[in-house]
Amino acid sequence: MARMKFLCDSDRCIECNACVTACKNEHEVPWGINRRRVITLNDGKPGERSISMACMHCTDAPCQAVCPVNCFYTTADAIVLHDKDLCIGCGYCFYACPFGAPQYPRVGNFGGRGKMDKCTYCAGGPQADNTEAEYAQYGANRIAEGKLPLCAEMCSTKALLAGDGDIIASIYKERVQVRGYGAGAWGWRTAYRETVGV
Amino acid sequence: MLIKRSEGATARQRLSAAYQGLSAGGLDRRSFLRQAGLATTGLATLGTLNLSTARRAAAGPADFGQPVKVVKNICTHCSVGCTVTAEVQNGVWIGQEPSWESPINRGTHCAKGASVRELTHGDRRLKYPMKLVDGTWQRLSWDQAISEIGDKLLEIRQKSGPDSVFWLGSAKFSNEGAYLMRKFAAFWGTNTVDHQARICHSTTVAGVANVFGYGAQTNSYNDIRNARTIIIMGGNPAEAHPISMQHVLTGKEQNRANMIVIDPRFTRTAAHATEYVRLRPGTDIPVIWGMLWHIFENGWEDKEFIDQRVFGMDDVRKEVAKWNPAEVQRVSGVPPEQLKRVAQIFATQKPSTLVWCMGATQKTVGTANVRAYATLLMATGNVGRPGTGANIFRGHTNVQGATDLGLDTTTLPAYYGIDESAWRHWCRVWDVPYDWMVSRFASKKLMETPGIPTTRWFDAVLLPKDQLEQPDNLRAMIAVGHGGNTVSRMPEAIKGMEKLDLLVVADPHPTNLSSMSNRRDNTYLLPICTQFECAGSRTASNRSLQWYEPVVQPIFESRTDYELFYRLAEKLGFAQEMFKTMEVQGKAPTAESILREINRGAISTGYSGQSPERLKLHMQHQADFDVVTLRGKPGTPVAGETYGLPWPCWGSPEMKHPGSHILYNTNLHVKEGGGTFRARFGVERNGQTLLAEGSYSKGSEITDGYPEFTVAVLKRLGWYDELTPREKEIIARIGEGNEDRVSWSIDLSFGIIRVAMEHGCVPYGNAKARGNAWNLPDPVPVHREPIYTPRTDLIAQYPTLDDRRAFRMPHLGKSVQQRSFQVAPNFPIILTSGRLVEYEGGGEETRSNRWLAELQQDMFVEINTEDAAARGVKDGQFVWVDGVENQAKVRVKALVTDRVGRGVAFMPFHFGGWYQGEDRRGYYPPGTDPIVLGESVNTLTTYGYDPVTAMQETKVTLCQIRAA
Repeated sequence: MARMKFLCDSDRCIECNACVTACKNEHEVPWGINRRRVITLNDGKPGERSISMACMHCTDAPCQAVCPVNCFYTTADAIVLHDKDLCIGCGYCFYACPFGAPQYPRVGNFGGRGKMDKCTYCAGGPQADNTEAEYAQYGANRIAEGKLPLCAEMCSTKALLAGDGDIIASIYKERVQVRGYGAGAWGWRTAYRETVGV
Repeated sequence: MLIKRSEGATARQRLSAAYQGLSAGGLDRRSFLRQAGLATTGLATLGTLNLSTARRAAAGPADFGQPVKVVKNICTHCSVGCTVTAEVQNGVWIGQEPSWESPINRGTHCAKGASVRELTHGDRRLKYPMKLVDGTWQRLSWDQAISEIGDKLLEIRQKSGPDSVFWLGSAKFSNEGAYLMRKFAAFWGTNTVDHQARICHSTTVAGVANVFGYGAQTNSYNDIRNARTIIIMGGNPAEAHPISMQHVLTGKEQNRANMIVIDPRFTRTAAHATEYVRLRPGTDIPVIWGMLWHIFENGWEDKEFIDQRVFGMDDVRKEVAKWNPAEVQRVSGVPPEQLKRVAQIFATQKPSTLVWCMGATQKTVGTANVRAYATLLMATGNVGRPGTGANIFRGHTNVQGATDLGLDTTTLPAYYGIDESAWRHWCRVWDVPYDWMVSRFASKKLMETPGIPTTRWFDAVLLPKDQLEQPDNLRAMIAVGHGGNTVSRMPEAIKGMEKLDLLVVADPHPTNLSSMSNRRDNTYLLPICTQFECAGSRTASNRSLQWYEPVVQPIFESRTDYELFYRLAEKLGFAQEMFKTMEVQGKAPTAESILREINRGAISTGYSGQSPERLKLHMQHQADFDVVTLRGKPGTPVAGETYGLPWPCWGSPEMKHPGSHILYNTNLHVKEGGGTFRARFGVERNGQTLLAEGSYSKGSEITDGYPEFTVAVLKRLGWYDELTPREKEIIARIGEGNEDRVSWSIDLSFGIIRVAMEHGCVPYGNAKARGNAWNLPDPVPVHREPIYTPRTDLIAQYPTLDDRRAFRMPHLGKSVQQRSFQVAPNFPIILTSGRLVEYEGGGEETRSNRWLAELQQDMFVEINTEDAAARGVKDGQFVWVDGVENQAKVRVKALVTDRVGRGVAFMPFHFGGWYQGEDRRGYYPPGTDPIVLGESVNTLTTYGYDPVTAMQETKVTLCQIRAA
């Protein structure tokens, strides 16, 4: 089975936000919920770099570890999903996540945040694949259709890569070898306990 | 280990069953609304529904039990021309998929392209025709609207003449729509018809055409992959043309290319550059001449290229000699060492390409700027080869095509101009008598005089009548697909709007033309389709035409542009004459029949070979084109052809010309897309030849320069009898007794082109490009300080042009520039403007898109850290930005950043709906106001126009900033 990962090549990312709107479009994500965001470091200064950020579907997901109701599960493709019917909106996962992925429809304390929402790697949720019920709660299930996450598929400069971890790592390695520089696979050590060596 | 694995496949039945009903039978927009109402009641008892639902239960996912139709269209935002792949079920656009097959975008999109599906859901679209009645918006029917508008137009025509109506078109049109509107204006009887190109690249079109022969991007986005040095000067493609960066960055990586950004702002593009050069806004010519100074000084120029293919380089040398490194630094601020390094890289690490956008063009010296850029390319031999060229990134989706098809005050379609021979040519194509056409105009003189451009329309409303060279002021404006916040001097534009007797806005959105003035009557809004609701072709910046099909049927009461013009022509009484050459279905001509008419007449630009059938074949076989060369792969139905048949695509469709990927490329046979510089300025100037010397396109039987082909030239060459009898007959008819003068560009038989190409010759001749364009102000570009400049010490040495007249009205220069002395001390900051990735143009459409609006919710001004500190301005707070004309001021948020240099402020130009601190949301028709509103930068932009095209100056003015 493939081990799905995300990789953002920050030397390519131009902060065009295609990944963000592709995600909104594909899943009809409501205003205020950002399953994916683009973060810019050193904005406006030499060395400015942007990184597209969402749930990284960690190997050893901290959200999963801290969830008091056990709503997370990891699929055979290593995609970290959760069950909104179990989620109590406590917000623990938000504090545990190193990438700021979990999103909540409301601001409030004591479970008043509403059901947590995050990137599903376009893999839907626990319901039967590609049903209206799954779509309403989690959005489209492209993985079940044999497609990859739309954010990466539509990335303007092909900075954001998604797919089998070994394959995207080799694409990135080849790129770095050709061009002679590379800031590294950002977030990989945190998410996957490994890095892409060139 | 913390890993917990569980199988997630178990379909839970709890909520699933309740939701399932929603998808039964598939959903279209209307039945969905009914069902949603029902479902809401049914599910209301499930208290958790709202919390666990990530989305509004809108159109829903694909129902896999039902067929999904896949439709290809083209993104309607920028000019890159990305294919949009739409999944449609039951008439609803339910999903966007990557367009992997497109050689242009290869599956990808930017934020705007990835969000276009929203346009056909259109929450905030204009839904039906409306008019203002005593300050209130009222609904009316299409028939009623056309009837009332038509009556008013005819009344104005009767009292003031046809030139009192301003027909403002759009780059959002298809080629067919643009052509139709230009033809419509002709039949109405005016040249006062314009569109966004005026404020986008009009200076490029005029400037570059005067150098090379055609004013368009010479190469393509894809071809940048071949470059070893890329200079981007006055452009920010990372935000304005994000998909182009795929090609730029790939080229940069694979060739280890130099990518140099020259810009007053450290843009998002600059963040990826190998070198960033900061210059003072408005000093492009000094920097280019400064580079050439080093190039000539060190002998880095391409001498063979100059000798064979360039006229007037010696005149350039004289001007360049003035721009030694010290003077360049004094004027522009660019350090001498850096300038020399950049010049050396550009001239020696070839192929080199120069990319520019509106930083170069939107200037009082726009035409001169782009000629200087083109001169740098010529001097280094970087034209007409892969990896080189003037890669001019056009702005809006079809601004290239709309320009080509003459949506312009100075020319008929395909740059024929508006002199008598041009009118006669198009009258032949339109099958109407020339004398009848003359009778439509106020006079033959006005028929041959450029109309009023969109940058100056309000002056033509407000100026005393005796200052205008036409019978009366402008009294009506018909704006089809164009926002109101796009022109400079907005306070005056608003006064102009309020004085108009009739304002019609025909657009998918009401645009801020509906909200910015205090008009109370005689204002109409007509809902128009987006291009996702109609068929046609659009021309991307690289001159490739792409055919697209409607994704959905027109939503609400929207009508296509085609139908709008048909209905108007019908009401105004010339539909019979205007549409007799086209196939009309219902109330609209078909796009195919319009394109076939274009093919018949737009010979001069090579818009003749791109028949609807050929274009449709290309869209079907997108995957069969090479991503670098754009050539169809061998063994496919499109083998050897260039994707989208980029113009010039010579002759009739049956001649199967493959289109021209790279202009002026002498390494290819003309039949394979090769070319030379165009001979359009005569054959000799002051005893020097204007024709190429020893340079010719591959396979040419004439191995030297030659003039454009006419019957007389064919006769002299002894090739006349290669014309078929039928071709001769058509030519004789056109010649009306003087057939020798019939040229290739008005030969409706295509015979002259055919014969020329049989001999390997380019129909338009083989000339030199011009370093000296003697017919323009400043034949060799010279530096001129902006109208409002902080460097008043430089005005005496580098003054702007004298006051003059142009486009039927006064065109001021020096007298306004003198104001700099008064205002510069109190307004010390240079204000410049530009794009954001999330929004397009005036921004009404994109700010109405909830996915985009969420990303950029506030209008802002970028202010340098030191300037902010000196004014006590903190990041994120509101500030007032004061302008130098009309006591204008805008209230915006401050973005404190070193992205702009000290003494420079930047504002994006996509905002509207606020005016000088006032939120005018209530002035939009209810339910059509964009989600995000903000101050328009053009409230602050000031006087200043290019002498050739009346391009407005929006890149350099002065302002002051204070905390609000």
